Amino acid sequence: MADVPSDAPQHCPGTSSEQAGKTSACQGCPNQSLCASGAAKAPDPAIEEIKVKLATVKHKIVVLSGKGGVGKSTFSANLAHALASDASTEVALLDVDICGPSVPKIMGVEGEQVHQSGSGWSPVYVEDNLAVMSIGFLLGSPDDAVIWRGPKKNGMIKQFLRDVDWGELDYLIVDTPPGTSDEHLSVVQYLSAARIDGAVIITTPQEVSLQDVRKEIRFCQKVNLPVIGVVENMSGFECPKCKNTSQIFPPTTGGAERMCEELGLPLLGKVPLDPRIGKNCDEGKSFLSEVPDSAAALAYQGIVKSNYSFSHSSSQCSV
Amino acid sequence: AAASVGILDVDLCGPSIPRMLRVCRPEVHQCEAGWVPVYTDQQQNLALMSIGFLLEDPDEAVVWRGPKKTALIGQFVRDVAWGELDILLVDTPPGTSDEHLAVVENLRKHKIDGAVLVTTPQAVSTGDVRREITFCKKTGVQILGLIENMSGFVCPHCSECSNIFSKGGGEELAKLTGSEFLGSVPLDPLLTHSLEEGSNFLQAFPESATFSAINNIAQKLLLHMKDG
Repeated sequence: MADVPSDAPQHCPGTSSEQAGKTSACQGCPNQSLCASGAAKAPDPAIEEIKVKLATVKHKIVVLSGKGGVGKSTFSANLAHALASDASTEVALLDVDICGPSVPKIMGVEGEQVHQSGSGWSPVYVEDNLAVMSIGFLLGSPDDAVIWRGPKKNGMIKQFLRDVDWGELDYLIVDTPPGTSDEHLSVVQYLSAARIDGAVIITTPQEVSLQDVRKEIRFCQKVNLPVIGVVENMSGFECPKCKNTSQIFPPTTGGAERMCEELGLPLLGKVPLDPRIGKNCDEGKSFLSEVPDSAAALAYQGIVKSNYSFSHSSSQCSV
Repeated sequence: AAASVGILDVDLCGPSIPRMLRVCRPEVHQCEAGWVPVYTDQQQNLALMSIGFLLEDPDEAVVWRGPKKTALIGQFVRDVAWGELDILLVDTPPGTSDEHLAVVENLRKHKIDGAVLVTTPQAVSTGDVRREITFCKKTGVQILGLIENMSGFVCPHCSECSNIFSKGGGEELAKLTGSEFLGSVPLDPLLTHSLEEGSNFLQAFPESATFSAINNIAQKLLLHMKDG
């Protein structure tokens, strides 16, 4: 990886980090004065390369959450399936959750291989118009752990954006791990010249989740990433027997609805808990195709429409 | 006598424990021995350290790359004056990256009894926990056992049980990987509500199935620590 030179000490922060040359790990490193002087922080040429490579990608959407386990990957997969339901729309889903790559399983392509050709890595195709890339395809066994520090993860993300032969795409959806760290900074940094339409933030209704979503929103503001809106997942559960609804993850502070009102952000929709969502994810099937009339599927469809409107109105303003 | 317990929250991007224990806005003081942790109870049996206490603004995002996170976790381990503790629990974010390596590397010299792995029942979750198991094996951390969380939901109106996130995956994973299965914890709106308010669920609902589940797991772990 260009970010961590081969002669770097352990815990090297990466040559393009703010801490380059300044951390205790840098003491004694042959590159220390170069890094500290800022010379190594010249813009990464990959940013321009990625801009060129992704010139054939019309819309890029990043899916974020503050908390883990709120349903980001589930949402990303369903969004990809929904957009690709129109056979003339070319869609790709990029999974940058390096440590916990769930997307291959959710999309029903676990165990597939990625091939290299002259034009780069070929993604795995779920349908003719729906491609997926994930580190999951590069791991030999389901037990393999990716025990990587930040700089190595960043290098992988750079490769995914620069070296995958995506071809002409209407939508590139980027699924992220929870948080506001290396993966998120790298996606924003490497796509800085290529332009991201915006971010969709996933939450569950409780304050414990919302308090992390507010941080995620601050992150978006910090890095000038437009927020398309917020999706409230796991929003109530209707008992299949007595039809009463339970708030398993209670919106004690008003849920995403109140938070969005306070922050002036669109609430894209509320998706109820439905055991068939998880079941279809486990089986690698499209929930929207399998159970299209469910309340959850209808909620997803509404959210997808909002996303579509955002992307198409913002594209009219694009440079 | 009650055990004295410390919790170290190393989820730097999403520190939830302060809210769950109703200690949101205290200040962290320094003493001669280092940072004083925040006590959640009068008797000072439960201490907590979290980045949540160090942020001026609770909505402030901690947008740090790995090395900075690693450095703070090192400080948390070295510079917090925990005093005499029976047990130190370290809560981590998901993954097998900087935070996890920092915890293991900094605590190794103080002896780590082991790791408890939490999964939800579905395959998408156990699929990631398999990798977490490998992390433990590779870093020499003993696996004390697996817990299957969000395991079934009993409707409070009609008692119908729904397996919202499937069922049994945690137990299967434990069998598959030769780890001990510590138990399942159901989805319980009373538990999530308590966590929202930072109230003590175990004190409020000692008759609940959720209490039994959590208590059984705790007893198993205490036994491990006695034997270990």
